[in-house]
Amino acid sequence: MAHDIGRETDEKGSLAALIYDPKARGLLFQIILLLAVVGFFAWILDNTVTNLTVQNKRSGFGFLNEAGSFQILTTLGTYLVEARPGKATYLDIFWVGVVNTLAVAIVGVIFATIIGFMIGIFRLSSNVILRGFATVYVELLRNIPLLLQILFFYIVVLRLLPGKREEGVSVGLFGLDLGTIPLNITGLYMPFPVTGEGFGTVLLAFLGAMVLAWIVGWLAKKRQEATGKQFPSFWVGLALIVGITLAAFYMMGGPLEWEHPEFRNEGPILRRGYQSGIGSVIVPEFIALVLALSLYTASFIAEIVRAGILAVPGGQTEASKALGMSNGQNLRLVVIPQALRVIIPPLTSQYLNLTKNSSLAVAIAYPDIVSVFAGTSLTQTGQEIEVIFMTMMVYLVISLVTSAFMNWFNDRMRLVER
Amino acid sequence: MKLRSAMGALTALGLVMTVSAASADTLADVKGKGSVQCGVSQGLPGFSNKDDAGNWTGIDVDYCRGMAAAIFGDAQAVKFTPLSAKERFTALSSGEVDVLSRNTTWTMTRDTQLGLNFAGVNYYDGQGMMVPTSLGVTNALELDGASICTNTGTTTELNITDFFRTNSMSFELVAFEKADEVVAAYDSGRCDVYTTDKSGIAAQRLKLADPAAHTILPETISKEPLGPVVRQGDDGWFNIARWTLNCMINAEEMGVTSENVAGMMNSDNPGIARLLGTEGTFGENIGLSNGWCASIIEQVGNYGETYEANVGANTPLKLDRKGSVNALWTDGGLMYAPPLR
Repeated sequence: MAHDIGRETDEKGSLAALIYDPKARGLLFQIILLLAVVGFFAWILDNTVTNLTVQNKRSGFGFLNEAGSFQILTTLGTYLVEARPGKATYLDIFWVGVVNTLAVAIVGVIFATIIGFMIGIFRLSSNVILRGFATVYVELLRNIPLLLQILFFYIVVLRLLPGKREEGVSVGLFGLDLGTIPLNITGLYMPFPVTGEGFGTVLLAFLGAMVLAWIVGWLAKKRQEATGKQFPSFWVGLALIVGITLAAFYMMGGPLEWEHPEFRNEGPILRRGYQSGIGSVIVPEFIALVLALSLYTASFIAEIVRAGILAVPGGQTEASKALGMSNGQNLRLVVIPQALRVIIPPLTSQYLNLTKNSSLAVAIAYPDIVSVFAGTSLTQTGQEIEVIFMTMMVYLVISLVTSAFMNWFNDRMRLVER
Repeated sequence: MKLRSAMGALTALGLVMTVSAASADTLADVKGKGSVQCGVSQGLPGFSNKDDAGNWTGIDVDYCRGMAAAIFGDAQAVKFTPLSAKERFTALSSGEVDVLSRNTTWTMTRDTQLGLNFAGVNYYDGQGMMVPTSLGVTNALELDGASICTNTGTTTELNITDFFRTNSMSFELVAFEKADEVVAAYDSGRCDVYTTDKSGIAAQRLKLADPAAHTILPETISKEPLGPVVRQGDDGWFNIARWTLNCMINAEEMGVTSENVAGMMNSDNPGIARLLGTEGTFGENIGLSNGWCASIIEQVGNYGETYEANVGANTPLKLDRKGSVNALWTDGGLMYAPPLR
């Protein structure tokens, strides 16, 4: 249609002239398209509402205030949100799911990063065994579907752990009994912190100390830039945080007690084992899920790290050697800061993938948002559209926050050009 | 050009959506596509399960074949969609399946809030519990402190919670999406108890490493009337769904089986004549041929035949019908169909 452009017309100002004016015509078509798109979505919405009405289905978010009468597996979510069956509303259950999804995502991301960086550096090691191990690791784990790995780790975890009525795994070294890890098939048992009056003040003191430590670090940096004098800001900051927090803790009279898990070896057979509700527990479903997600994602991160390090020209290392830097200094001050610029953007995608992949939790009974909210709550209330919409929003918000943070971090790591 | 094709695509999409949105006459749709789309389970022996040859079998499957026989006179004119407990109602209300025959419990919420209609009950079930015999537990009230494996998205999750709350007992619930993972977790000792409908326990027990080492507790902790479901708002289709089941139950009561149905066609018994369509226009009144019920009995069998073939005492499930609630009302059970007149 290029031949229309710039064509001369006699009837300037008339309606016909507008059709021949490429700008006006373009605008017209854009308005039509916009109207069509808006109309299309309005029509979809109307169609949905009409269909729901015809099917006599309830709609709206009123169900969130109703109580759901099913129990949820003890997890971080049920520690933070009271989720007693018959008392907890579907909104509470929603929050339980959100907390559990976040817990898996955060712990998974931390482990995946640590393992991924280690394997990535092993891949470049001059040690044949380390390099071979890392290669096998990457090729094995990234080429097997994640769902299979999750199920595999779950079954392995269940088969390895001692039974429900055994106290745990005993650890010994050369005939020396080092005690028992309170871990059996129902989970890993740990003390539960019970906070007393005044614990809020301790937390405030801790936050205040963090701010103080940050200020010290900032001042030290300013001074080093101005005068070149160095100041051990890390150690001073650490001393500030630990000192102030501990001081506040003892001034408030130690408002924290540990509730230890209770193991019973007598009584009715089903009451034996660790008592529920005493102490805290990490269920095997969580362990298996975090294990599978972080090992799987680590195989991708390893390759990203390797690519990042290889992207730093060899001349940089040679230059730092020439300046007399040690291997460690070279890695810490020259190679990694430059490699991070390459690593961070694809790393963000891996973090987002891990978060989204955590929705496979439902296969092994971990009560994440897809399991308890988009699963059980959905079938109990029957309100697919509302429930799925809320679930999608949760993942969207988590992902957007993650990428916003990673973009900020990427900005900080950017090469500053003068 | 680009713009024009985009607009074309939008219009086409619009047409497709209008067509699927306006399908209130399920029978006409089904006749148009030539088969009934039937939602079944992902594999529950005796109810809906694929056999070694890849054919669907089970009491729920036979019901769908019955519908196909009633509509097309051909019990094979049916396609099966395996659905998880979570997907099933969405698949039905969105029109992906025409009828849901997937061991689904009839409850008030489902009947009134989900836009569904239950066409009847084809199996009276109740929730039960299975424990390893080695625990030495003999009844459900000894289960205080137990950890329990079950499926998500079903009434079992609610019933077990109710049962333990009613009896002020503590428990831990581990809920999986698929039955296979529940069985694997229970088998590995993650849970002390496996709970689901009793028929389901009988079926899943066969998958355990050592089925004989597990005991099914005597208690039935809930009522689980299982039956076929259709969408609300299409009464014609609802009638066909309901009377397909009633035809099968009535046939058993009158003693008409797939073997003797041919000989019964000339029966003088007015009840049987109405059932087989040699008298009256019952089939035409619901939009089918008058021989609809005769086709069901001939190609699928009456209710008792499908029960014995799929879940009865001579099947691996060994759910003895005699004296159970699933016997005909004339034998002291609950299977009772309104008369065909």
